[in-house]
Amino acid sequence: MPSEKMLTVKDAILEALFEEMARDDRVCIIGEDVGVAGGVFGQTKGLFEKFGEARVVDTPISEPAIFGMTVGAAMAGLRPVVEVMFGDFITLVMDQLVNQAAKIHYMSAGGYTVPLVLRTAVGVGGNLGPQHSQSFHAWVAHVPGLKVVMPQSPADAKGLMKAAIRDNNPVVFIEDRTTYNVKGPIPDGDVIVPLGKANVVREGRDVTIVAVSRMVQIATKAADILAGEGIAVEIVDPRCIVPLDRETILASVRKTSRALVLDAGHLDYGITGEIAAIISEQAFDYLDAPVARLAAPNVLIPCNTALEPLIVPNEQQIAQKIREMLNA
Amino acid sequence: MARAKAVKSQKAVPNKAAGSPLALYRTMATIRAFEETVQRLFLGGHIPGLVHLYMGQEAVAAGVIAELAQTDFIGSHHRGHGHCVAKGGDLDKLFAELLGKRAGYGLGRGGSMHIFDPANGNLGTTGIVGGSVPLAAGAALTAKLRKTGQVAVSFFGDGVLNQGIMFEAMNMAAIWQLPVLFVCENNGFGEFTSIDDVTAGKDIADRGKAFAIPSEHVDGMDVLAVQKAARTAVARARDGKGPSFLICSTWRFSGHHVGDKQDYKEDAETKAWRKRDPIAQLARKLVAKKQATQKQLDAIADEAKSAVTKAAEAARKLESPTPADLMEHLYAE
Repeated sequence: MPSEKMLTVKDAILEALFEEMARDDRVCIIGEDVGVAGGVFGQTKGLFEKFGEARVVDTPISEPAIFGMTVGAAMAGLRPVVEVMFGDFITLVMDQLVNQAAKIHYMSAGGYTVPLVLRTAVGVGGNLGPQHSQSFHAWVAHVPGLKVVMPQSPADAKGLMKAAIRDNNPVVFIEDRTTYNVKGPIPDGDVIVPLGKANVVREGRDVTIVAVSRMVQIATKAADILAGEGIAVEIVDPRCIVPLDRETILASVRKTSRALVLDAGHLDYGITGEIAAIISEQAFDYLDAPVARLAAPNVLIPCNTALEPLIVPNEQQIAQKIREMLNA
Repeated sequence: MARAKAVKSQKAVPNKAAGSPLALYRTMATIRAFEETVQRLFLGGHIPGLVHLYMGQEAVAAGVIAELAQTDFIGSHHRGHGHCVAKGGDLDKLFAELLGKRAGYGLGRGGSMHIFDPANGNLGTTGIVGGSVPLAAGAALTAKLRKTGQVAVSFFGDGVLNQGIMFEAMNMAAIWQLPVLFVCENNGFGEFTSIDDVTAGKDIADRGKAFAIPSEHVDGMDVLAVQKAARTAVARARDGKGPSFLICSTWRFSGHHVGDKQDYKEDAETKAWRKRDPIAQLARKLVAKKQATQKQLDAIADEAKSAVTKAAEAARKLESPTPADLMEHLYAE
């Protein structure tokens, strides 16, 4: 498309923020270093200058109350995008997220809505170590009442952020730092990517990979390797893990008869187990091999250049797993 | 552009009649009758779960909330029936909620510790100690950023004095000069433990003063004193002069929850506090000053009691939620 422009994931999200703040003056940004500093990754750059201190609010380092106040602010009529700088720090806001934000709409029988976006950066890479590399997407996905979004491409990141801001529920928007500089085309105009609708990123007949966020990009590399061996991989990116588009996943597996589920988070009690169970329960008769999984081992993430690369499954491991599935 | 109804610019003026001494008496009498009825229903096995009663603390809710407009916000706590009643909550819907009936504020699914009343700015009771403190401060942030003129009040018990989130919220309220009142209802006990055993420092007010928040002790058994302090603090908030911290000393006449034997309280202490019952105390004052006759006050109390009884009896006959209600409102449209 000639009208499309190229942006990185980080700038695509920033463009969504600019557009949504201009569209609706209830949208504001709250967090540590989001204003004058423009974000620790430059992810809010220019918003303070354009919208001012009443719309872009720098806070002290007080995650529990920052987030709790965002919940109250949303109940009273704002539509805040609150930033938790690193995904690891979501542990600090868990009480207000789980016991307040997720429950207020239900407990008030619809009397209050809590329209907020908690955006946070996760990602293994750069030797940031065990307190700056974790992703708790499975943990928050386990809480009824929250939505959980995990974009991978610039177009999705922008369209999903716009949808998240317009959603009337608390949405946890998880950005993988390692995707921030990935460039891609952005469609012109006010394009929304609806929450809960998967994207078939790549079509193929032999095996289905289900992956979100950066794992889609690693899976694509594996699919390229396997294409050279005559193996056609289909990649389904749910884009949101809550709500999860089960139908698109199941339709793909019914077509290919094999499924590999990937995650950059830990294997044990993580999203790969959940998605594998859904496939096993609802597409068992179509399967030619057991549902396979690859995810981070259940260990903490070392701050070490020799060990850190062992955490997230790589394209070679994914390709090898698929060869084994096809030969089984 | 679409705007939430709650943030429309408004002139938030308290209703003068709501703050008259007789109105305060009526509010406190209604809360007392409400709680006595809840206790009876609970002991009769009609209320599921846990209930924490507000008897003895009525002057705090009545005195502070009398100074608020309907559009102002309150955040309540686990001992929150009094706030719900004082903020204009519907007795029928309150009893329905406590009794687990579909006509309740939360379809009867939340019960005592999860009552939300958006029409009256009630941000909810909560089962998490300190849980609603940032909610009230956050509502005040919206009021400030959107210049709505609204004020928020965070009610919390002395247990919250040792929760970190209170300090964080106070700090932000102070740096941003938010229109919020932090109202500590110091009833002497966090659950079964005396505040003296778990709280450092000479003076609780120092915790607010550390943030340069005007902080004062108030006799929480004297509704007129509470109202006076709240009036000053609400005016300060409404004028853009920031938060206040009121420490209202009070006493819960019941235990932590219904069924608590209260072995940790001294009999003499209980007797002394009972003598300062906020309702009887106001009655004595009004009669002495000839602002009301005992007959008038008895009539108000009787009316309150019969309104409460009527609502409670009506609620008992209501329907329970249906299985379809289990999944309702998990997500907003």
